[in-house]
Amino acid sequence: MAGSNPNAKPMNLTLKVWRQPNRQAQGKIVDYQVKDISPDMSFLEMLDVLNEDLLRGGQDPVAFDHDCREGICGSCDLFINGRSHGPEKGTTTCQLHMRKFSDGDTITIEPWRASSFPVNKDLSVDRSAFDRIIQAGGYVSVNTGGAPDGNEIPIPKEISDRAFEAATCIGCGACVAACKNASAMLFVSAKVSQLALLPQGQVERKTRVENMVAQMDKEGFGACTNIGSCAAECPVGISLENIAILNREFLAAKASSNNLA
Amino acid sequence: MSWITKTFTSSIGRKIIMSLSGLFLCTFLVVHLIGNLQLFKHDGGAAFNTYSHFMGTNPIIRTIEWGLVLGFGFHIYEALMLTRRNKAARGSQGYVSNHSEQNSEWTSRNMGILGTIILIFLLVHLYNFFWRARFAGDIPKMGGADPLTRDYDNLYMAVVDSFHIWWYVLLYVAAQISLGYHLWHGFRSGFQTLGLNHRKYTPAIKYIGYAFAVLVSAGFASMPLYFFLFTNAQGELAANAPAVLQSVAAAF
Amino acid sequence: MQLDSKIPEGPLAEKWEKHKFNVKLVNPANKRKYDVIVVGTGLAGGAAAASLAELGYNVKAFTYHDSPRRAHSIAAQGGINAAKNYQNDGDSVFRLFYDTIKGGDYRAREANVYRLAQVSVNIIDQCVAQGVPFAREYGGLLANRSFGGAQVSRTFYARGQTGQQLLLGAYSALSRQIAYGKVKMYTRSEMLDVVVIDGQARGIVTRNLITGEIETHSAHAVVLATGGYGNVFYLSTNAMYCNVTAAWRAHKKGAYFANPCFTQIHPTCIPVSGDYQSKLTLMSESLRNDGRVWVPKTVEMAERVRKGEIKPQDIAEDDRDYFLERKYPAFGNLVPRDVASRNAKMMCDEGRGVGSTGLAVYLDFSEIIKRTGADAVSQKYGNLFAMYEKITDEDPYKQPMRIYPAVHYTMGGLWVDYNLQTTVPGLYATGECNFSDHGANRLGASALMQGLADGYFVIPYTIGDYLAQTPPKPVSTDHPAFAEAKAGVQARTEQLLSIKGNRTPDDFHKILGHIMWEYCGMARTAEGLTHAKAEIQKLKKDFWSDVKVVGSGEEMNQALEKAGRVADFIELGELMVDDALNRNESCGGHFREEYQTPEGEALRDDENYAYVAAWEYQGENQPEKLNKEELTFENVKLTQRSYK
Repeated sequence: MAGSNPNAKPMNLTLKVWRQPNRQAQGKIVDYQVKDISPDMSFLEMLDVLNEDLLRGGQDPVAFDHDCREGICGSCDLFINGRSHGPEKGTTTCQLHMRKFSDGDTITIEPWRASSFPVNKDLSVDRSAFDRIIQAGGYVSVNTGGAPDGNEIPIPKEISDRAFEAATCIGCGACVAACKNASAMLFVSAKVSQLALLPQGQVERKTRVENMVAQMDKEGFGACTNIGSCAAECPVGISLENIAILNREFLAAKASSNNLA
Repeated sequence: MSWITKTFTSSIGRKIIMSLSGLFLCTFLVVHLIGNLQLFKHDGGAAFNTYSHFMGTNPIIRTIEWGLVLGFGFHIYEALMLTRRNKAARGSQGYVSNHSEQNSEWTSRNMGILGTIILIFLLVHLYNFFWRARFAGDIPKMGGADPLTRDYDNLYMAVVDSFHIWWYVLLYVAAQISLGYHLWHGFRSGFQTLGLNHRKYTPAIKYIGYAFAVLVSAGFASMPLYFFLFTNAQGELAANAPAVLQSVAAAF
Repeated sequence: MQLDSKIPEGPLAEKWEKHKFNVKLVNPANKRKYDVIVVGTGLAGGAAAASLAELGYNVKAFTYHDSPRRAHSIAAQGGINAAKNYQNDGDSVFRLFYDTIKGGDYRAREANVYRLAQVSVNIIDQCVAQGVPFAREYGGLLANRSFGGAQVSRTFYARGQTGQQLLLGAYSALSRQIAYGKVKMYTRSEMLDVVVIDGQARGIVTRNLITGEIETHSAHAVVLATGGYGNVFYLSTNAMYCNVTAAWRAHKKGAYFANPCFTQIHPTCIPVSGDYQSKLTLMSESLRNDGRVWVPKTVEMAERVRKGEIKPQDIAEDDRDYFLERKYPAFGNLVPRDVASRNAKMMCDEGRGVGSTGLAVYLDFSEIIKRTGADAVSQKYGNLFAMYEKITDEDPYKQPMRIYPAVHYTMGGLWVDYNLQTTVPGLYATGECNFSDHGANRLGASALMQGLADGYFVIPYTIGDYLAQTPPKPVSTDHPAFAEAKAGVQARTEQLLSIKGNRTPDDFHKILGHIMWEYCGMARTAEGLTHAKAEIQKLKKDFWSDVKVVGSGEEMNQALEKAGRVADFIELGELMVDDALNRNESCGGHFREEYQTPEGEALRDDENYAYVAAWEYQGENQPEKLNKEELTFENVKLTQRSYK
């Protein structure tokens, strides 16, 4: 069966893959060869081929995180040839296709690197720090039931659209992985600005940013130095403007909140 | 810790200090550059020395000077603190392959290196002019007939002398290139950190920053180059200087 | 056991209100004495865990993902229905109820569906209050779009990422309760068994996917929100981890499995491109609002398209067959999913399919692009178009999309009563993992609605009724039933590791998927199903003698996880075939070729099959026992569905 491009020739590739048995163990790069890779395959389907080969040969398959393979769940997290999610802009690893590579290429595949993202095994990392940051304040405190009618508060379309754009963050961690400082500020700012823009987020606006930034620091993420790698590598295009919003929300909150702690 | 120290030792707090001190230092650069333009005045250094004397003795300027010390101090201290935090955050295991040049500018990633070059220059620069004038007192006086100015330090000649030493000129120019790159990123970055990002104004800030970086660094670099290339040991325009410079000098 | 659906008495519109008044309540001070386990943290589970914790119960929530935000609810694109009638176009709770019952081809329970339509309006309010950025009009009010199977605009959406935004809303509510300490969150934990003590669900057994440790957890009630089983087909639009294991283990512990053969084949997916394909990608049904579905009029022309001799955009208007518009003028391209899918298959079977495989039809946007401009189209569908281009390397702004039906949703699932309780007391099932609301076919934008309805607005009431009748004394994992369940899980893990055969779990999964798609997919026959049953039984034998898993159980071992899931899929596959064989009629997603009208439409047999088939596990390799819940329709008249 051929795909959209019946003339595309299968490729042979050399993979340099980070292997690490568990969190405590030392890891290393191991070389593998994969053959007859169709250009219409996704990158993860290419890894499936490798893993099936390894398993058949009695070797441990490469562990990696993935799930929806539609670019929305944020599970996949590979550092490919020195880039978060590989060479294509605005793309998650699962949506990267092998037609972006050429026959004979050597591809280096590593896990996200950051002190706050320890490696579970091989290419799978622990991103629970992101969850804890959201738990610190990335929500509107409304209990189920008792919400007013959805049309009670009109929200200008432009504001709603901007909030939506910030809200599209998939929490994959590409920003942290790409950042020289392993800063999580693009991630944090996306949630902070989504809720700061919307009327629903106003009540907890100050405590939210204070608590989320405190948790971000506690998790050991670095500080933003406005390099811009994060936004450039973000698969869903979260913009640096959000970090500016985070900064001013933080400054305003610190200057005016009643929180003395 | 009080809320104030907590605020300014947080990741964003430190960035805000970096930004405020950096933008403050930008204003210093402007003042310093404008003042130094008097080096180009063809009066044997009279204007420059008067200016230097004023800057060195005026009580208001002397007070502001402490602000400048604090500005540098905070900027350098916070840079060290942030670098330490960020290195720790990155972790001990680096990437085997990392192509950050494909997603960001070199200068943005290397502000620390650029800043270090500028710091080295700053120490040499301060020793050579500031320390000698203020504390060592080994700079010759202007002399001459004017009773008002004859006891002023002849800082102009100290500058002219220094700017005829090749390695000194080289250090200057290298430092100004570093400064240019530092400002290229630093100017717009300062606004971003303060949250001053708006889709209407940010493009303008960015291009003003680029212009600022080029003008300031080129302006400062022009001084050692001018004296080294086109003047004699007294700072007078050499005979072989380009005609355009000759005519500009004649106009003043 | 006699199935008791526990539908409240009284007129349809008053049932839920009355029921809410009649259920027993747990005193607020006593709520903290009850533990509730919620397995799965997608829309249904996340919403349930958050809402139950808000009420004061101690919740333990489990997900096999690294974070609750990854659940596959996130991938839902098009929208969520609600009977708000904001558009003044004649919508009402009754109309949503009616559309859902009709769309489900009269195989859903009236009372449940009516309740779903009632609470749909609360869902929108709740989500807006959470900060979900739904699409809005310029005046600042909520926008709606229309969807298949309905003639009103009642679908709320957030560009093509509605599921993501709703899930992140539920996730934020859940996160807040985790921060309060009311929810203890267990990530990367896969449920492998239910613990039943004295006939009541009292806990679960899980495997920590990082360390491999088998753990036991106790509670006063267990809620399963573990999604659907579409991955039994290997290729589906489900995420890679989606599986039936939790539901299947519950089934083996006494929960009946209802209508397993009701699977939804979604008409608009990107066609298969090769054998390596690991999953299929959906293109939201909302595209059918503006896209026109067609194939070439003649087989000859289709052949030339397949060979690449002519491009679709060069085919003249007169040579195109807009078959949905032609056959169903009233609904056109917006016929329900099962109808659209079956028609696409018919076109391909006639030899008029396109794409190099001939297994695709066109979804064409040239007209809307001409009418409103590419920018306007991009505003609406930009992310979908970009995704299509990434996968296929073709630009849908310039040439029509190629689409083909793919498995998308499973209407079947654990049998539940009106309270969402399974046949095991204390064990509940919510969202896609139960069978309740969609009958034989689910309408677009109704899955999100049902998941959130169950989680936010149904289970918080109904579980209280059960807990109020349960003494609040702590449940200990020291009970021998826990040790027994844990030993069973460990033994199974060891068995999988000890086979050391030659074929990988994926090899078996692909074979199973092929059998299911061929014989239990879009069109089924008694002959094919009988053949499939034998094939599956053989596959099961092969699996347990030839599967290969390396490594150990005491580490992160993705092949081991997969093997366990495939083993359960194989058993489920057989039950699906049994169910499809039993149901001698065509309805919704279940199309038996023997039962069709002269025009090729599904032919229901209301006299003999207006029931829910609830299958009861009888032991390893024993035929399952069929229990019937007769469906009574008092408020709608059963008619042949017509979308003409």
